[in-house]
Amino acid sequence: MAQPERRQRRGGALRVSSTWQAFLFLSPGLLLTLAFFVIPAVVTAVMGFTSLDYRFKWDFIGLGNYYRMAHDFLIPKILVNTLVYTFGTLGIFNVTFGLILALLTTSIGERAGLFFRALWLLPRFTPPVVYAAIWLWILSPTKNGLLNGIRAAMGLPSVAWISQYPWGVIIVTNGIIGASMGMLIFSSAIKAIPRDYLWAARVDGASWFQEVRHIILPLIRWPLMFITAYQTLSLLTSYEYILLITKGGPYHASEVWSLYAYNLAFSSYSGTYPFGYAAALATVLVVIGGVASVVYWRIFRFRQMMAPPKIETA
Amino acid sequence: MSSSRYRPGSLIRERRKQKALKAGMYAFLILASLPIIVGYLWLIVGAFSGNFVFGFVPKGFTLANWSFLWKPPSPAWPNIWRTLLNTFYLAFGVTVIVVAVSTLGAYVISRMQFPGRSMILASTLILHAFPAITLLIALYYILRTLGLLDTLIGVILVRAGLMVPFSVWVMKGFFDDVPWDIEMSALVDGATRFQTFWKVMLPLVRPGIAAIAIFAFMSGWAEYIFLVTFVRSPDAWTLTSYINAIIGNYRFTNYGLLAAVSLFYMVPVFLFFLFTQKYLMRVTVGGLKGGR
Repeated sequence: MAQPERRQRRGGALRVSSTWQAFLFLSPGLLLTLAFFVIPAVVTAVMGFTSLDYRFKWDFIGLGNYYRMAHDFLIPKILVNTLVYTFGTLGIFNVTFGLILALLTTSIGERAGLFFRALWLLPRFTPPVVYAAIWLWILSPTKNGLLNGIRAAMGLPSVAWISQYPWGVIIVTNGIIGASMGMLIFSSAIKAIPRDYLWAARVDGASWFQEVRHIILPLIRWPLMFITAYQTLSLLTSYEYILLITKGGPYHASEVWSLYAYNLAFSSYSGTYPFGYAAALATVLVVIGGVASVVYWRIFRFRQMMAPPKIETA
Repeated sequence: MSSSRYRPGSLIRERRKQKALKAGMYAFLILASLPIIVGYLWLIVGAFSGNFVFGFVPKGFTLANWSFLWKPPSPAWPNIWRTLLNTFYLAFGVTVIVVAVSTLGAYVISRMQFPGRSMILASTLILHAFPAITLLIALYYILRTLGLLDTLIGVILVRAGLMVPFSVWVMKGFFDDVPWDIEMSALVDGATRFQTFWKVMLPLVRPGIAAIAIFAFMSGWAEYIFLVTFVRSPDAWTLTSYINAIIGNYRFTNYGLLAAVSLFYMVPVFLFFLFTQKYLMRVTVGGLKGGR
């Protein structure tokens, strides 16, 4: 069936097969994408206009849920939590700490650098429940936990870390995982910088800090922007570790937008499982996520970011 | 640059400064990594010890924490081996679907010209950035409608579906790297398109398949949010549900049990990590997302 004389080399693709064959190969992927991205996105948006709850009855109530959102007394608190969590984690860990880790692990020598990078990557590959278990031990309010154990050894009373410092807890626990992404991307960008640039600087008597400030940072500004943009979206929508470690508590003190929607829909505290209202809350994130991913695609074209960065003439 | 820099004294001073800087870097890295080091050490030591004295001094060696291997800590909980089997089933299910679906799709996108090709390529990249977790409520409803709620196959399909855009994109890169001539010669020799794909191309992209398979397996193995939301009945529990139940029931009491089951759960992760670490370093770039 192959007829090489019919081939055309256009745009790097070869035409020896029919369109239906292409779609046959693609169909499983298209089906999965349709079922688990496209349809759910539509369902979320539609559900947001209904009063769906534990009875699963689709009663359309127009903008009722959005009206409720505007008057929900918890929303201001949730918004503040979301902003503090997203930008606190991003600023302190995902970008700054990720950058520091990348700079240090690329400066101390290959083997040691690899060791520390692997160590920081470990939490990312650890099942979330195990990672949470580790923190629940470290932060335990009892003397059996690490921090309070140390305090007890020094004769100090126990502190209920999780309920007293909910913001700090969610930022640190998410940040330690979040930092490794920046670390990976920044360190591969740093390693792609031609050594001559750094040698030239060193011969000229530049200190390590000057090297970082005047050579490395300007050359990795694209990866820096990429991580900032990309991880803002991730943090805005992720809540796994918060759910595990603080559950959003105490009294909504660490509840972020996405977790609020989740808790409304799936935890019994509201009594009626208001799926419709939760879907309206989720729709806000779906819209933000959809717009942001298209924008990121246009700005960064992803592919370019993954290739070693091009060195512009300095 | 002034010639004074080359006085021997200044060179020595320079070298000392370099050494101090490196020592400072090490000190910072070790200090910053302490929570990770101590945390994972606790998993290992705590699993074989009673509750620690002062929270950090192990109290003798014991295997008591491991009694869950033959007797569930609570009579309502499933047998641990059943749970382990479920965890493998979930991880393998995700792996098989992701590998099959995305190698086929990526091959087509890399090698065939058809209407809508560039749109599909763009949408894989856009979907890769899209935070799928925001769709959880709708996914719950869809699985409920399909009768897949409270089944592992439901979780497998959802997780696999969400991984496909990324895996297609990774595999496309691997297919793009295979020279044209190899495939052409197979086609000229009269092989069908599928034979070419199966016999010629697949063996050449094995590293790519390994990469997406490892990612799929690890993410299925560690699955948390979809699992605890969609699956309740103990028959379908995985190790995540098991540990989630320990956290729920003994939140701040039985740390020995928590450490032991966690360590049990971590064994494949440690193994994968040891064997594939360098490899992972190269492919993770851009691979994962989440708060993660």
